[in-house]
Amino acid sequence: MKRNFKYITGVLLVISLIAFVRCQSSNQGGALGGDVAQKVYVAPGEHDEFYALVSGGFSGQLAVYGLPSGRLFRVVPVFSVDAEKAYGFNEETKPMLNTSHGFIPWDDAHHPDISQTNGELDGRWVFINGNNTPRIARISLSTFETEEIIELPNSAGNHSSSFVTENTEYVVAGTRFSVPVPQQDISIEEYKGKFKGAMSFIKVDQETGHMDLSFQIMMPGFNYDLAHPGRGKSHGWMFFSTYNTEEANSLLEVNASQNDKDFIAAINWKKAEELIAAGEFTTMPSEYAHNIYDESTHTATSTIKKEVRVIDPSKHPGLVYFLPTPKSPHGCDVDPTGEYIIGSGKLAAALTAHSFTNMLDAIKNEKFDGEAYGIPILNYDDIVAGVVQQAGLGPLHTEFDGKGNAYTTFFISSEVVKWKLGTWEVLDRQPTYYSVGHLMIPGGNSRKPFGKYVLAMNKITKDRYLPTGPELTQSAQLYDISGEKMELLLDFPTVGEPHYAAGIPADLIKPRQTKIYKLEDNQHPFVARSEKETKVVREGNEVHIYMTTIRSHFAPDNIEGIKVGDKVYFHVTNLEQDYDVPHGISMIGAQTSELLIMPGQTETFIWEPKKVGVWPFYCTDFCSALHQEMQGYVRVSPKGSNVPLKWTLDGE
Amino acid sequence: MIRKSLIDMKTSNIKHVFRSLLLLAITLSVVACGPSAEEKEKRDKIKEQIAASKDPMQNKGIGPVKSLTLGPIDEAMAEEGRELFESLCTACHKTDKKFIGPSPKDILDRRSPEWVMNMILNPQEMVEKDPIAKQLLIEANGAPMANQSLTEEQARKILEYFRTL
Repeated sequence: MKRNFKYITGVLLVISLIAFVRCQSSNQGGALGGDVAQKVYVAPGEHDEFYALVSGGFSGQLAVYGLPSGRLFRVVPVFSVDAEKAYGFNEETKPMLNTSHGFIPWDDAHHPDISQTNGELDGRWVFINGNNTPRIARISLSTFETEEIIELPNSAGNHSSSFVTENTEYVVAGTRFSVPVPQQDISIEEYKGKFKGAMSFIKVDQETGHMDLSFQIMMPGFNYDLAHPGRGKSHGWMFFSTYNTEEANSLLEVNASQNDKDFIAAINWKKAEELIAAGEFTTMPSEYAHNIYDESTHTATSTIKKEVRVIDPSKHPGLVYFLPTPKSPHGCDVDPTGEYIIGSGKLAAALTAHSFTNMLDAIKNEKFDGEAYGIPILNYDDIVAGVVQQAGLGPLHTEFDGKGNAYTTFFISSEVVKWKLGTWEVLDRQPTYYSVGHLMIPGGNSRKPFGKYVLAMNKITKDRYLPTGPELTQSAQLYDISGEKMELLLDFPTVGEPHYAAGIPADLIKPRQTKIYKLEDNQHPFVARSEKETKVVREGNEVHIYMTTIRSHFAPDNIEGIKVGDKVYFHVTNLEQDYDVPHGISMIGAQTSELLIMPGQTETFIWEPKKVGVWPFYCTDFCSALHQEMQGYVRVSPKGSNVPLKWTLDGE
Repeated sequence: MIRKSLIDMKTSNIKHVFRSLLLLAITLSVVACGPSAEEKEKRDKIKEQIAASKDPMQNKGIGPVKSLTLGPIDEAMAEEGRELFESLCTACHKTDKKFIGPSPKDILDRRSPEWVMNMILNPQEMVEKDPIAKQLLIEANGAPMANQSLTEEQARKILEYFRTL
C-alpha cells in the first residue's frame, strides 16, 4: 500500500507538472527560455511592427520583409526580369530595363534608401542603385512597384549610391570605378590623371517623385565606395569614402592598399547648386536612358537623354575637401545629429569619427595639408573627433539608434559592436553567423532612428541552415537593441545577397497602400473597360486581342481566324475592382512569361503561333472556385487561309 | 484535498482511482486554459438573426444599407446607374437572361431594395451569412459575386436603373 501511495503521489506530481507547463507555455514571458521566441513571434493574422526593404544584391531585386518576424511578403522586381510578375516580359514593363546599351535583363542592386522629409523617413518612395550598368530606381511604397529607372552616364560600378538628402532634394550616386570621361579608346596604363569619378546629383520632384540628373561633379580617378548625406547641421554636404587613392589599375588588392590613409570626400552640394544657377558648368554630350512607368496607362516609356551638366571641382574652391581617413574606408556614415562622419577603414582595426564642426573650422582657417588634383586636403589631426580603438577587425558599416549609440559591423571578426558616440568606448559586442556586411536599424541613417532592432546581413551561412548543395542561402540576423546588451533573436534566409537595407515603421506605410487601380482611370491604349469593348483587330499580320478577365471567365474565350506567322497581342484588362483579386493568363507556346494583372490594370503579352491547331489559354492565378473553368481556345489556321476572324463568349 | 481523500480510500481499486484522477487532471487543465464561451455566443446570435429573415421581401441583407424608401423613378439617376452597370457588372449579369449571376430584371419583385444594395456593396459577407445569398452562390456553382468597390451612392444609382428594367 505504501508503495502504491508513493506511486500515486509520483503520478500526481507528473500530471500537475504537465498541467502546469501546459498553462505556462501559453503565458507571455513564460519559463523554458521561450522569451526570445516570443519577441519575434507575430501571431497568425497579426502584423509586423516594421517593414524591412532588403536589397537582393545579385538578384537585382528588392525583398520586403516584416520585422521582427523575418517573414517575406514580396520581392519587388527592380533591375532583373521576373517571370512571376511578368516584369520585363510584358510589353508594358520592357521599357523599364532599357539602357543606352539596349535592353538589360539584370543588375546588381545594393543600397535602398527611403525618402525623407526634414531628415525623417516619410514612406513615399524607396530608391536603390543598380551597380553594374549604372542606374537608380525609384519604387513606390504605395504600390511596391518600380516606377522609374534612370541610367547614369560617366559612371561605372555605381556603388556609392543611392542616398537621399534630408528632404529628398537629391538622390546621390557615386561611381566606384573611375573611367575615361568621355569614354575613349586609350591604353589602360593611362589611368592616372585621365580617368575620372563622376558623382551624380539626381533631383527629385516632390510631387511625382520623378528623377532628373541635375549635375555631375567630376572627381579625381579614385574608387568611390560608399556615401551618406549630412543631416541637421551638416545638411547641404555629402560625404563619400574613397579607396585606391593610389590610382592603381591592376592587382588592386595589393596596389590599392599602399597608402596609410585614403580620403572621405566632403562635397558642398549647396555650393554646387549655386554654381549651376550661376552657369558655372559645362554641358557634356552624353547618352543615358530615363524610364518612367505611368500608372494611368499602366505602361512604361523609355527616353534617351543626350547631355549632362558637369562641374570640375578643381576650378571651384570651396566645393570639395578631402578628409584623410585610415585605411581604405568602406562605410561612410553620419550620425543623427550630423556632427560625426564615421569612416570604417576596412583594413584598419580602428574606426575614425571626424567632426563636422572641426572640419568647418579647418576650412575657415584654411589649414590644409596639401591638395590632390586641386582639391584641398585637410589635416587629419584637425578634424578627427575620436577613434574607436581595437573595436574589431574589418569595420564596414555603422548605423545609429538615436540614443547616442552606434553599431558597427566587422567583417573579419564577424561581429556587431555597439559603441558610444563622444566617448568612443565599446559597450557591447555580439557575434554574427557569419561575416557580416551591412546592418540596418529602421531609420538608422536618418535624424530619427527607431532603435529597437538591428538587422545584420551576412555574407556566409555555412552550417546555419539545412544545406542545399554548393549554393547556400544568404541570411540576415535580427538583434534586440532595446537594452544595454544586444540580444540575438532570429536568423532568417534572404533573397539573393543582401547588401544594405532600409527599415521603417509599418504605420508609415500601411495607410498609403494602393488597393486597386480604378477602371475608369485606366488610360492604356488597348484597354477594354467592359466586355462590350472586347474585340479582335487585325492589322496585316498583327492581331490585337482586347480581352477582359473577371471571376471566372475571359471575354472573348473562343477566337478563330488566327494564322501561322501572325504576331498576336493579348491585351488583357482585369475588370475586378476588389482588393487582392489579380488574374493571370498564359498561352501555350508563347515565348514569354504569364501575365499577372492587378484589378483595373491592363497588361500585354505577344504570342507568335508556329503550329496549326486549336490551342488553349488559361488563368494562372487561382482566383475563385471556378478557376479551373477559367480557360479559352484560339484556333490557328495555316498561313494564307481564309478562316474569318471571329471572337465569342458563350456563343455571342 | 484530493490527496487526503485518496488516502482514506484505503481499500478501493487503485487503478480505478488513478484513471479518474488522470481524467480529472486533463479536464481541469483543459478548462483552465480553454477558450471563453464568448465567441460561441456571438456565432449563435448570428445564426438566430439569419433564421429570423426567412421572408425574402423582409430580408434587408447584411451591410451598410439598413432602411430605404423608394419614391418615383428618377430617370437621370437611372441613366447614371445604367452606365455604371454596363461598365462594372455586365461581365457577369445580363439584363435579358441569367448569365454568370441572375438577371436584375424585376429584382424588386423578389428582393427588398436594401438587400439589393447590400449585395452590391458587401457581397463577401452576404454570401457567407445571408441565407438567400448563400443559396444563390450554390446555384451559381460557387461563382462569387465580385465586390466592385462601389460607393453607396453608386449602388443606389444602379438600383434605380434596375427599377426601369
